[in-house]
Amino acid sequence: MDWQAIWLTVKLATLVSMTLLVLGMPLAHWLAFTRWRGKFLIEAVVSLPLVLPPTVLGFYLLMAMGSRSPIGRWWMSLTGHGLAFTFEGLVIASLVYNLPFAVQPMAAAFAQVDPALREASATLGASPLRTFARITLPLSIEGALAGLVLSFAHTVGEFGVVLMVGGNLPGITRTVSVSIYDRVQALDYSGANQTALLLLAFSFTILVMVYGFRRRPWAAVPLT
Amino acid sequence: MTVAVDVRMRLSAFVLDVTFEVPAGVTILFGASGAGKTTVLRAIAGLVRPDHGRIAVGERVLFDDATSTDVAVQQRQVGYVFQQLALFPHLSVEDNIAYGLSGRPLDERRSRVASVADSFGLLTLLQRKPTQISGGERQRAALARALVTDPAVLLLDEPLSALDHVVQSRIMDDLRGWNEARQIPVLYVTHNHREVYALGERVVALEAGRVLATGSPHDVLDHPTHGVLASLAGFENIFDAVVIERRERSGTMQCRLQGAIAELEVPLTEAAVGQMVRIAIRAGDILVSNQEPVGLSARNILRGTLAELSVHGPTVVAGVDAGVHFVVHLTPGGADALQLHGGSRVWLVIKTYSCRLVST
Repeated sequence: MDWQAIWLTVKLATLVSMTLLVLGMPLAHWLAFTRWRGKFLIEAVVSLPLVLPPTVLGFYLLMAMGSRSPIGRWWMSLTGHGLAFTFEGLVIASLVYNLPFAVQPMAAAFAQVDPALREASATLGASPLRTFARITLPLSIEGALAGLVLSFAHTVGEFGVVLMVGGNLPGITRTVSVSIYDRVQALDYSGANQTALLLLAFSFTILVMVYGFRRRPWAAVPLT
Repeated sequence: MTVAVDVRMRLSAFVLDVTFEVPAGVTILFGASGAGKTTVLRAIAGLVRPDHGRIAVGERVLFDDATSTDVAVQQRQVGYVFQQLALFPHLSVEDNIAYGLSGRPLDERRSRVASVADSFGLLTLLQRKPTQISGGERQRAALARALVTDPAVLLLDEPLSALDHVVQSRIMDDLRGWNEARQIPVLYVTHNHREVYALGERVVALEAGRVLATGSPHDVLDHPTHGVLASLAGFENIFDAVVIERRERSGTMQCRLQGAIAELEVPLTEAAVGQMVRIAIRAGDILVSNQEPVGLSARNILRGTLAELSVHGPTVVAGVDAGVHFVVHLTPGGADALQLHGGSRVWLVIKTYSCRLVST
């Protein structure tokens, strides 16, 4: 078992899902309640990683992180090294890649809270922030949890983007899924099987948790 | 304290254009579903933004497009009881009531919740969730939650229409008792004319976004000036008729009902002979006899046939064909005494002043 890869993956997934919980919540709230007509454009951008081949996304992320892009140069001036093929680069790529998995369940859960409850809260003197904390979030907590759990699980399982942006550096960017691919390339099927079985058990547990939280009808994709 | 409302707003079906005042006490905003009543309430609360106009509570301007004033909902100090109540399902009755008191000292919160809970009979229910109490108790909790903050005005969107009359009037008695010392303006929206008599001191009648009439329930509902208002106000019989004779000295005129030979004597108006008028008669104002009545002061005695008879709670509703179709309300005892059945020959007795002339 490649414990180094497992630890790295857990670290990456925790960091990514927690960051998305904090960053995704305001975005999800805005998407759920804005009356702006151009909202669909933002929805499309957020959802792009769902349909884009990971290699395409990984390619553009790699370009954006390279020394020829403004982002890459800015990071270089800040830290003295590039973003590509580093753990930080992997975190940023995973944030982009997992955005819809965090934002969609949260936005859907916020939107199903009865608007009259939020209006009642406002007429009782509550600021929008307090209305969110006391009414919207408690009544859609399973959506926030689903966003957290799904983005965690998805980070654990991502492969294409990791390989494109992070490469395969042990202890830095080699995650479990890359590690499995590695073993198979080396014809070490039993080593691959051990890690694969662990991922299978993990994914199943996650989905049991997600569907357990949700008291709504079963959907094939637990996103919307 | 008076609320001055002047709101113009383009809605999908019509343009809302209303101007009225709500003095201290209970004012009923009365009209059919879709007349714009709820939108008016939402504009006062700041939940929708009018295109033009001005909304002020006393000296305090909440909205004025001329000065670009638009006070945020949470700063308007307006109590709002929603049609579906909108109690917070995850909070106890106590936490629901205390919701608007955040930021005040704990002592004050406790004493205010206790006092309002006492006024509305909720003291034993404070620890329950909204789903664990009855419909009437939920209405009380929603009222208590809206009133505990001492709002400058209270807005009620048909919160009691789902309750029976007894519970309804008890809750309104509690509300009046609570408001006796405070004297804030209360605006109560309903489409039910029975609630108007039971609950209100003043009525503002709304139709398709416009104020049709304002005044006491008696002025507005017993003497409706408008056909739409008459049917809303419980005038079950509305007929078009032609003036055939004016009797200036007796203050009456004779009208022939359209599509029938039946005639009615009605109070005199400006209408000239030959002109079309619309007559409204309450079903409860018509007497039924199973013999031809003699020696009555009533001028209108129409012969007809009983077409149908049905029982709605304490009221027997009779449909009588007398050239035109009349709806008549009887008590069960009255219906029994007359031994009425389908096809019975009956006479309808209608006093001249039970016939109201309304505009079309």
